[in-house]
Amino acid sequence: MEKSQSEIRIIIVGIAKNPLGFMGLVIVGAIVFSAIFAAWIVPYDPIEMNIRDRMQGPSWSHLLGTDQLGRDTFSRVITGGQVALKVALPAVFGAMAIGLTLGMVAGYGPKWLDNFLMLLFDTIRSFPTVMFALAVVALVGPSLQTVVLVVMATSIPTYGRVARTQTLTLRNSEFILAERSMGASMARILGVHMLPNIIGVLAVLAAMDIPTVIALEAGLSFLGLGVKPPTPSWGALLKDGYALVRQTPWLVIGGGLPIIVATLGFTFLGESLRDVVDPKLRKNQ
Amino acid sequence: MTDVLLEIDNLSVDYETARGDLKALRNISFDVRKAEIVGIVGESGCGKSTLISSILRLIAPNTRFRSGEIRFDGSDLLKATEREMRALRGDEISIVFQDPMQTHNPVLSVGQQMIDIQHRSKAPKGEKREKAAQMLAAVGIPDPEARLDQFPHEFSGGMRQRIAIAMALMSEPNLLIADEPTTALDATLEVQIIERLQELQREMDCAILFISHHLGVIAELCDRVVVMYAGAVVESGDVRKIFHEPKHPYTRRLIECDPGHIKTRARILPTIPGEVPDLANIPDGCIFRDRCNQATERCMAHVPPLESVGEEHMAACWLNHEEVTA
Ligand SMILES: Nc1ncnc2c1ncn2[C@@H]1O[C@H](COP(=O)(O)OP(=O)(O)OP(=O)(O)O)[C@@H](O)[C@H]1O
Ligand SMILES: [Mg+2]
Repeated sequence: MEKSQSEIRIIIVGIAKNPLGFMGLVIVGAIVFSAIFAAWIVPYDPIEMNIRDRMQGPSWSHLLGTDQLGRDTFSRVITGGQVALKVALPAVFGAMAIGLTLGMVAGYGPKWLDNFLMLLFDTIRSFPTVMFALAVVALVGPSLQTVVLVVMATSIPTYGRVARTQTLTLRNSEFILAERSMGASMARILGVHMLPNIIGVLAVLAAMDIPTVIALEAGLSFLGLGVKPPTPSWGALLKDGYALVRQTPWLVIGGGLPIIVATLGFTFLGESLRDVVDPKLRKNQ
Repeated sequence: MTDVLLEIDNLSVDYETARGDLKALRNISFDVRKAEIVGIVGESGCGKSTLISSILRLIAPNTRFRSGEIRFDGSDLLKATEREMRALRGDEISIVFQDPMQTHNPVLSVGQQMIDIQHRSKAPKGEKREKAAQMLAAVGIPDPEARLDQFPHEFSGGMRQRIAIAMALMSEPNLLIADEPTTALDATLEVQIIERLQELQREMDCAILFISHHLGVIAELCDRVVVMYAGAVVESGDVRKIFHEPKHPYTRRLIECDPGHIKTRARILPTIPGEVPDLANIPDGCIFRDRCNQATERCMAHVPPLESVGEEHMAACWLNHEEVTA
């Protein structure tokens, strides 16, 4: 175990050496920190209405002003970040885990299973995400879990396909033949030898995918298909801000800026992670 | 004959292809005794890799075993289950491949890989690591303890092949198969690695089946030699006999072109005029007849059997036959 911990340290140090990677780490770190400690950071209850203070500009008491119901925008942005991660992290990691497993099975297993899984992936991918979301929401109603489910289901094929391609390439590589000639079982080949070769690529993909999911959640919430009001989400903020953009620009900024910043942060992280996960590119340690 | 470890008996292997069955190995017979080094020489495409993959049963899906037996320690491997084969691989039979740049997992440290291949042992991890370091030291890698934490790309080709040898010998196998282990390395490295292999072989008392294009290495290293041509054994026997009194025209041509000195470099076998017959469509008679300048009527019509031409010496050529009968 101490081995994998030092591995993680090497990766983080590697990312931080790259200026963009460093920025990515700082941004993502800040988002995660503010999401975890949201309850202590926010100056106001994000859903508490205060009609007397509606639609104010920034001030010392309301850093980003207030909305049409007098709710503190800053508090809603911070809590919205929490909602965004609550959707993005389980959806992305869930999709990655399932896609990885199915993709490796497709790539290493018998041909018929491969064909079946590919057909399944293609079928899922042929639905536009928003259409799929509409259908699911119509069936089970809008909620945070629905968003997670929809996002996860629609992104499994992406991870699955990448994992499959990697597995197919590795399967015919000489070092896997060498492992087999040393008596390694299928489980050992997949788990010990192929997995570490595939996980890096998928981790990069996942880091790049998180902003897409955050934007998707915002989009769904914007359309009223995401989290239910009054739960603050960046999409919901954007929606209110859009309607009230003539009265106060602060809502649009409060909803839009975090999405942009989060997108940049995760993309920087993903880009520099890509360089680090390939040990050949790692500069001595 | 209790000292026989591996016995290939009349083995024939085909590849099913769109053009029909490609007869990659035909009636191969030879054996490897305990603790001896047997060399296999032959041009590219003569079936050396097919032979190895048949022994380990790590075969291409279109492989078909047509006849024969591969007896290891008395039991026929062609009848063994996949599970039994897996138990054998990397434990009693190990292999070192040709290209050291390709045979290690690029994302695991050398130590992790060397600990992983000890998966059959219940020993604690620290002990496995210690054993890995000892093996690295045994194949001549300095500062092994520190190098365990490095990744394959941090080693040179020669070092990587040493690591591959260390890994293959870790389980103290009875049989080590080496498929052109030094072809990818330059001459000085080749000599060093061959010498180290020889030392380790004496220490561990394991048999080696050594495949090479380099006659010099075979002459230096091996006790006995099997000469293959287009999927068949044309000559086999004691290394001195083969090199000093070759009884098959093909062997003779090989030796003429490559005097067999370990220090001289021969990356590929010398080319002999003529073409190897199409294995999917084998003509009558001796397989070597089209490239042989001594071929007779008889060679055109009948396949010469592999017969004894002296003590510890077999050859498949009608010319010897006439000498004997005459
Ligand atoms: N899976 C396969 N399907 C069809 N033909 C094959 C297959 N594998 C090998 N062959 C053919 O079988 C013959 C023997 O091949 P093999 O790889 O055993 O030769 P080799 O002696 O190892 O050659 P080299 O020295 O180049 O490694 C060759 O003609 C080759 O083209
Ligand atoms: Mg070969």
